[in-house]
Amino acid sequence: MKPAPFDYLRAGSLDEALAALAEHGSEARIIAGGQSLLPMLNMRLAKPALLVDIMGVAGLGEVRREGGMIVVPGGVRQAALLQRPGLASEQPLLAAALPWLGHYQTRARGTVCGSAAHADPSAEIPLCLVALDGEIRLRSRRKRRVLKAADFFSGMMVTQRADDELIEAVAFPAARPGTGYAFEEVARRHGDFAIVGCAAMVEAAQIHLAVAGVADKPERRSWPRLDGSALDDALNAFAWELDAREDLHASARLRRDLVRTLGRRTIEEAGRCLA
Amino acid sequence: MKAETISWTGQSVERVEDAALLTGRGRFIDDLGIRPGTLHAAILRSPHAHADILSIGTGAAAALPGVVAIVTGRDLARLTTPMVAGLKIAAENWPMAVERVRYVGEPVAIAVAENRYLAEDALDAIEVTYQPLQAVVDPVASMAEEAPILHEKAGANLVSDRRFRYGEPEPAFAAAAHTISVSIAYPRNTGAPMETFGVVAEYDPHEGVYDILANFQGPFSIHTVLARALKVPGNRLRLRMPPDSGGSFGVKQGVAPYAVLIGVAARIAGRPVKWIEDRLEHLGAAVAATNRVTTLKAAVSAQGRISALDWDQIEDCGAYPRAPEPATLYRMHGNMTGAYDIRHVAMRNRVVLTNKAPTGLVRGFGGPQVYFALERLMQRIAVELQLDPLDVIRRNLIPAGAFPYRTATGALYDSGDYQAAIEQAVAGRLAELEQRRNAARAAGRRYGIGLAAVVEPSVSNMGYITTVLTAEERRKAGPKNGAQATATVSIDPVGSVSVHVASTPQGQGHRTVLAQVVADIFGLPHRDIRVVADLDTGKDAWSIASGNYSSRFAAAVAGAAHLAATRLRDKLALIAADQLKAEPGQIGFAGGAVFAKGNPDKTIPFGRIAALCHWSPALLPDGVDQTIRDTAFWTPPQLTAPSEGDEINSSLCHGFIFDMAGVEVDPSSGKVRIDRYVTMHDCGRVLHPGMVEGQIRGGFAQALGATFYEELAYAEDGAFLTGTFADYLLPTATETPDIEILHIETPSPFTPLGTKGVGEGNCMSTPVCLANAVADALGVSDIALPLTPARLAALAAEPEPTRPATSRAAAPAARPGDRSLRGEGEARVGAAPEAIWAMLLDVDTLASITPGCHGVQKLSETHFKADVTLGVGPVKGRYKAEIRLEDLDEPQAATLTGSISGALGTGGGFGRVTLTPDGKGGTVIAYAYEAAVGGKVAAIGGRLLDGAAKAIIGQFFAALARKASPGKPGLLARLFGRRA
Amino acid sequence: MPRLSAANRHRVGFTLNGKPVVVEAEPRLLATDALRHGLGATGTHVGCEHGACGACTVLIDGAPARACLTLAVQLEGREVTTIEGLAPAQDRLSVLQAAFRRHHALQCGFCTAGILISLEAFLREQPEPSEHALREVVGGHLCRCTGYTPIIAAGREAAALLRQASQSTAAEPLDV
Repeated sequence: MKPAPFDYLRAGSLDEALAALAEHGSEARIIAGGQSLLPMLNMRLAKPALLVDIMGVAGLGEVRREGGMIVVPGGVRQAALLQRPGLASEQPLLAAALPWLGHYQTRARGTVCGSAAHADPSAEIPLCLVALDGEIRLRSRRKRRVLKAADFFSGMMVTQRADDELIEAVAFPAARPGTGYAFEEVARRHGDFAIVGCAAMVEAAQIHLAVAGVADKPERRSWPRLDGSALDDALNAFAWELDAREDLHASARLRRDLVRTLGRRTIEEAGRCLA
Repeated sequence: MKAETISWTGQSVERVEDAALLTGRGRFIDDLGIRPGTLHAAILRSPHAHADILSIGTGAAAALPGVVAIVTGRDLARLTTPMVAGLKIAAENWPMAVERVRYVGEPVAIAVAENRYLAEDALDAIEVTYQPLQAVVDPVASMAEEAPILHEKAGANLVSDRRFRYGEPEPAFAAAAHTISVSIAYPRNTGAPMETFGVVAEYDPHEGVYDILANFQGPFSIHTVLARALKVPGNRLRLRMPPDSGGSFGVKQGVAPYAVLIGVAARIAGRPVKWIEDRLEHLGAAVAATNRVTTLKAAVSAQGRISALDWDQIEDCGAYPRAPEPATLYRMHGNMTGAYDIRHVAMRNRVVLTNKAPTGLVRGFGGPQVYFALERLMQRIAVELQLDPLDVIRRNLIPAGAFPYRTATGALYDSGDYQAAIEQAVAGRLAELEQRRNAARAAGRRYGIGLAAVVEPSVSNMGYITTVLTAEERRKAGPKNGAQATATVSIDPVGSVSVHVASTPQGQGHRTVLAQVVADIFGLPHRDIRVVADLDTGKDAWSIASGNYSSRFAAAVAGAAHLAATRLRDKLALIAADQLKAEPGQIGFAGGAVFAKGNPDKTIPFGRIAALCHWSPALLPDGVDQTIRDTAFWTPPQLTAPSEGDEINSSLCHGFIFDMAGVEVDPSSGKVRIDRYVTMHDCGRVLHPGMVEGQIRGGFAQALGATFYEELAYAEDGAFLTGTFADYLLPTATETPDIEILHIETPSPFTPLGTKGVGEGNCMSTPVCLANAVADALGVSDIALPLTPARLAALAAEPEPTRPATSRAAAPAARPGDRSLRGEGEARVGAAPEAIWAMLLDVDTLASITPGCHGVQKLSETHFKADVTLGVGPVKGRYKAEIRLEDLDEPQAATLTGSISGALGTGGGFGRVTLTPDGKGGTVIAYAYEAAVGGKVAAIGGRLLDGAAKAIIGQFFAALARKASPGKPGLLARLFGRRA
Repeated sequence: MPRLSAANRHRVGFTLNGKPVVVEAEPRLLATDALRHGLGATGTHVGCEHGACGACTVLIDGAPARACLTLAVQLEGREVTTIEGLAPAQDRLSVLQAAFRRHHALQCGFCTAGILISLEAFLREQPEPSEHALREVVGGHLCRCTGYTPIIAAGREAAALLRQASQSTAAEPLDV
């Protein structure tokens, strides 16, 4: 189980990385933490001609605040975001969700943007981005553009990233006053991809629930502050709309059940945080 | 004579193995140096469950830089013979496919190159053409008239069908108040040691000798199979085992066929060849435990007393009956009545072959399958007769005074006091569990209690497998029995003591325990004894029973070492008596000295006496030949061959386990929390409590995997689905609870040290104990492993809230177990149906919109071949595709049927496309597809396949839409796929 | 930096257990193979090559990493610590290693190197870990022999011993 041959470029600057992408397009892959890409290389599921390593690019390694946004550039490892001082108050959803992401060891290497780029439909970072209505900041030699997370993820490991683009950063809206956040997940084992992951955001007048692991990408719905059977009905409709996947680890029925039950629990917990 | 020294044996001393392992100095097979010039092998494996091999194109691969040889099944067949199996059937048992593949992952070719990377490059360049055949994976279906036959020479997939009768089962059933039964389908799982297989082989063409280093664990009866397959006498197959092994759990028996393959590769390459199995190969093709379909009936009185059992077992050995199979089915034959005094037994044992990987040794070996049925039955008896489950167990136990106890099927249980073990385990604990259950249930939670009583056999009789033969066939073949254990103790010229054994330890700590046992004989510190446990069949004492299986170490190997050391010690005592002018009976050994008891002046350092034979053999007293080395061979007389009536004492020792569990099931997530787990063991005398505890904890964790997480899963078409640790789930530290371990000791009268095996028991007791607890929590009777969240949630579920009327109509649900990919979707394009139709019917256009299509070959107007590059995200592969257009209904509908094959796997399916005018000059293209994927991509990417198929098919229709209405991307507003 | 060609081997220099080393690597060479077969540091074991089992975990600049998910060329200029670098001297064991031996926290020892490395990193970050936290860290590894409980016990004991040692070191100046 060894990778097929490829060239390797340790990019010294973003320009160098973008030039390589512009030249090689889909034959080039960005490598950052490598936690999703390397297994695919080892199994020869992916055989890129060129790997462009961006971990040496200056300026990509520090999380920063831009107004109400927590901006996480391409070189930031998941562990670094989790260990960010004050994260639990700055964005409680991230503080709650990140410990579910893989393991201590993979978080120490894997990057936040790498997880977004990989776009696994069960993954926590895409879920949080969609739940919070976060942004994906793409850059190529041609241009920079910013996509809403809901527009960026388009399917199973498929995104709107063009072959010559890389994710320069993702941005999570910081917690807003008067808003409660909660995260819940059910997986086969701790650290596995979610059977269902739920991220809820509850405001004075609105409920937002995003769900991972059910459809081909994380999906979010918003409702007024429903409760009782009205909330059950809304969640039931959401559960059915997602066309739940059936796989080795869970049935579509269980996934729908979890949207209804775990979804409700997550919303209620977020509501309690608000109260 | 008894050793007077303090007893090391019985203490949890620190292991001598550990310092090296903790500092990175272990010597596992891949850590050992290799001869300069050694080549590296990689193995090409079948993506098909069943197919004829039409051709293997090796030219391109052989021409790659660094590639030395490509070895195929035909090369293998030229140099070897098929491996002998335990069953006398006409199936050819090759370690690599010859002309036909019969399971996904079966070796098809070996690439030998300068390094592993280059060897894997060569695999990608080997071109195999297959003619796929219908596959069968279900053991019951494999016996059907219409089932595809794996081995035509064998005539059928049912390769053994034996009926047994002990006592008078029919009258017992006729007279019984109740007949209660369970039906079980036990799934496939495996040991999954953290170290995979490894082989380094070399062939000397002048002496005709294969010298093979392999992390093989025995039994060494397989040495005879290998030598015969390689067509050399036993003395020309030198099998060497490395000093350390990264775990086995039985599985490393399965390295044997690779010893043949890599041996042959080395012979063809003319240089040493090394192969280290990777994890994908291991999960797909190493060794699986058998899956088994069992119906077990009991004749029961109103009070729950069982008078007779009726077993019907259908054992699935996969695609080849590989030695020592069908041993999994017969290992438990003597103890099919478990811990119970049941005198009447009827049994039917069938062995079938299916298109799955061959089976073999996995910790528990037959026990999990048997006890899952037997102990589920005990619970069902209690439930159906409204009795207390513990009372049903108690009422049927073998009485405490009945040992040695001969079971109906022939086992001689050596010792035990099952009542005492159970009473000690339940005391206080069961009442507490019941309180916890009452409290939980009162609060509306789903809490259950499970029990299991299990007899754990150890030290296998080499003759038990012949129970599969009829008495007549056995007479012809000659009797097989016994279990030769060996151990050598030697003393060097400075009087230091070494031990050598053929137990091929797999991490258990044999070297530490042997040092303790031997140190006690000589009165030496255990650290002074040096134990070497790497085995070389060219130099060391071994026999067919050697190796690391059937929990034989503590009973057989430590016992043999004890015997060898005792013999040497008794001779040293004669020397000491001579030197000290004392009676031999007065000589003692303690504290590194030899002395005459009661006479403190008469003391000599141990080394002086021990070394005398080297330096002054002339001083040896009469009756002492030498004290340099003694090899003990020990085989217990109780292990006799099967009787004319098929009674068999299949194992020498019989430990006892009683487990109790309290669990809580979350009905919404289907997840189970283990609240309490208590496991009581009687494994006879305990030599090292820490290691015994380690075996119990490790066995429990493995059983926890079998209970909740692990299954080697296959699709109905034989595609293998669990090729990575992301799909074959081993429990981790966050899933594995602490457990309470209890002991009583009834020493075995049949073993030199009073010991019995202990390593496998929880793999037998824990799955059924937990399943009983879950069944109790949910109040269900049928419960199948693994207890996945989806299964348990389904058992607990209320009717599902209905799909809201506003939602789209429901698509037909897939059948359970059907893992084919289905989906549908639609695209709206700004061109008329006729224009779209013309595009679909035009091969060049089709080629231009098929993602990554090139090299189109048009075979007819509606049939073409092409090379396509397909993928989602970074996952990309090149495939050969063949596509036909059928059921043409111009210009409204057509069916596209296609198949693809490539290094990443195979796929096939069909899609129905319908074109409907949208009333605005455009067309609604609707499609529905059904596809199946096999090979590597199914084994490693199962979780992603559905979405990937949707994405790729979506890409195709997006491209069609773009092509149909270029410059009008806005009309591509609604492109969506959804799963049926 | 120049692009490293797939066709050639390239010199990769880094620090291994405190000593400078150089290995020749094609871009695709995995760090596991470079460490084990290139540099003879065979204590790092390979169990799955897809990042799931954790046997190959090493420290890169002090943080745990699956060596099988790391390319040798990515080690350039880094500080790498493997199992061979944990003991204070060749014939001694570290506090954590000794605790593993006392608690029978290993059997076959194949997965052990990775677990020791993870705990080494984690106990530095979190000197007073809860059992839950230790289970989550060890949860990034597969061990088929021990059932994990002895590993957790060894981790807890080592943490306590290391805390005592650091307190007594800190207290020393007061004693003087």
